[in-house]
Amino acid sequence: MADPGSSRRPALRESGLSRALLIGLALLFLACFLALPLLAVFVQALSEGIGPYMEALAEPDALSAVGLTLTVAAIAVPLNLVFGVAASWCIAKFQFPGRSLLITLIDLPFSVSPVISGMVYVLLFGLHGVMGPWLREHDIQIIFAVPGIVLATVFVTFPFVARELIPLMQEQGQEDEEAALVLGASGWQTFWRVTLPNIRWGLLYGVLLCNARAMGEFGAVSVVSGHIRGKTNTMPLHVEILYNEYNFVAAFAVASLLALLALVTLAAKTALEWRFADQIAASRR
Amino acid sequence: MTATAASLAPARRSLAKPTILPGFGATLGFTLVYLGLVVLLPLGVMALKAAGVGPAQFWDIATQPRVLHAFRVSFGCALVAAAINGVFGLIVAWVLVRYDFPGRKLVDAMVDLPFALPTAVAGIALAALYAPNGWIGQFLAPLGIKVAFTPLGIVVALVFIGLPFVVRTVEPVLQDLEAEVEEAAASLGATRLQTFTRVLVPAFLPALMTGFALSFARGVGEYGSVIFIAGNLPGVSEIVPLLIVIRLEQFDYAGATVIATVMLVVSFLMLLGINLLQRWTRARHG
Repeated sequence: MADPGSSRRPALRESGLSRALLIGLALLFLACFLALPLLAVFVQALSEGIGPYMEALAEPDALSAVGLTLTVAAIAVPLNLVFGVAASWCIAKFQFPGRSLLITLIDLPFSVSPVISGMVYVLLFGLHGVMGPWLREHDIQIIFAVPGIVLATVFVTFPFVARELIPLMQEQGQEDEEAALVLGASGWQTFWRVTLPNIRWGLLYGVLLCNARAMGEFGAVSVVSGHIRGKTNTMPLHVEILYNEYNFVAAFAVASLLALLALVTLAAKTALEWRFADQIAASRR
Repeated sequence: MTATAASLAPARRSLAKPTILPGFGATLGFTLVYLGLVVLLPLGVMALKAAGVGPAQFWDIATQPRVLHAFRVSFGCALVAAAINGVFGLIVAWVLVRYDFPGRKLVDAMVDLPFALPTAVAGIALAALYAPNGWIGQFLAPLGIKVAFTPLGIVVALVFIGLPFVVRTVEPVLQDLEAEVEEAAASLGATRLQTFTRVLVPAFLPALMTGFALSFARGVGEYGSVIFIAGNLPGVSEIVPLLIVIRLEQFDYAGATVIATVMLVVSFLMLLGINLLQRWTRARHG
């Protein structure tokens, strides 16, 4: 990649000093706000050695938190994946009135505070909520139970796949699909053999981000979970409980798992951006 | 080809413009039902609940001193954090686009960390870092600067959360700037500073404002990363989302709903503003 700066005459760029200053300033800022916090998680987690670290992770409550987080993500992500593909199919491949309104509505959960995302389900399914009495009659528990956590997670991760696929599929147009159909492929064949291969990297990109948020969500889940240890505690909630009990090593140990997940997500995301830049939507927020 | 495709489409009454692609009804139907059940119905229930409170009581709840304080803290801190991100986000984007230095690609990838790192993890890490005995806090404490457990701590958390919004909005615009424009300015005798303020700033300003607004909007609703570092003192460092959680824990659904509704309305107005801003940016840069 050619550096546009290197071929310029001095009048077209900053002096070496101001360059160095700007780079230094940017790196110092990023160090204080990004690198050091990340490093602090691992240093605090291992501050008493590897033994207490492993102990904190092997604790039954920690294991059940890991299990619940994986379960919730395993339900929420596929749901939003199917929704994302369906929504982008009808929005990107067809012209119909109200399209941009629909896109705005799909983006809605991003502009709602996580706490409100959880609260709306409490108002709907909570004991004093709209459906509360009916649910209690039928002995169905949603709030302070796993279904509520799944719902809140689905809400906050709702737009991820769709907003990645819509611009990508719009860009790709519909000629490929039309050709397949004219040549006699069925609708499903066209989707599986033509559309899906076209969008697979963008889809993976959206799923990655969706999954990271699903496993890491705190605010929305915190409102609906009830914080029952070993039952309705996800990993981020378990971090909070341990931290509030001044059990810092254990809190940072569980947090370090989530930080690792973030690092893996970032690495995979960056790899996708570098290798398949043309096959994922350039919709970096 | 397109004409043939269009004429092949069955003559049916459809919402969509004719095309031979199948599945419009099914996917649109599924999208609307899923959107309705997961997003619109719960939000609608909240709106109904807020409407049921009644205007007088609504106003009473919304103007309680503790609530007003929380709004002042939330919006004030989000504004300061977005301003800091506006300045430093621009510098980071500029450095990443314009200069080459070892590790640039790694740094570029790291900018997205706040999108990937769970907010609770960020919260406890920042609290540990900026506490009076923390790595950074110990240097600030002798200067009389207390970060953790004060409103300043909230700003720190919101800077973390909002940074990528500014960098990722400004970066592509800086990348797309044509070198010719700067060359023309320079050859017409402009100094580097003049070129920057008269040529470059007008070009990236809309994107910078969009990034600022996105960072602000995100900061207002942020909860997870803030509560660990804020100290959460009512009237001093208590944010609106926390107050909503407290009301819910007291089973004061009316109170929680009113506060949440006010915050949502403000958020939607900001979202509207951001959309207009983005349309304006796109119109200017095609």
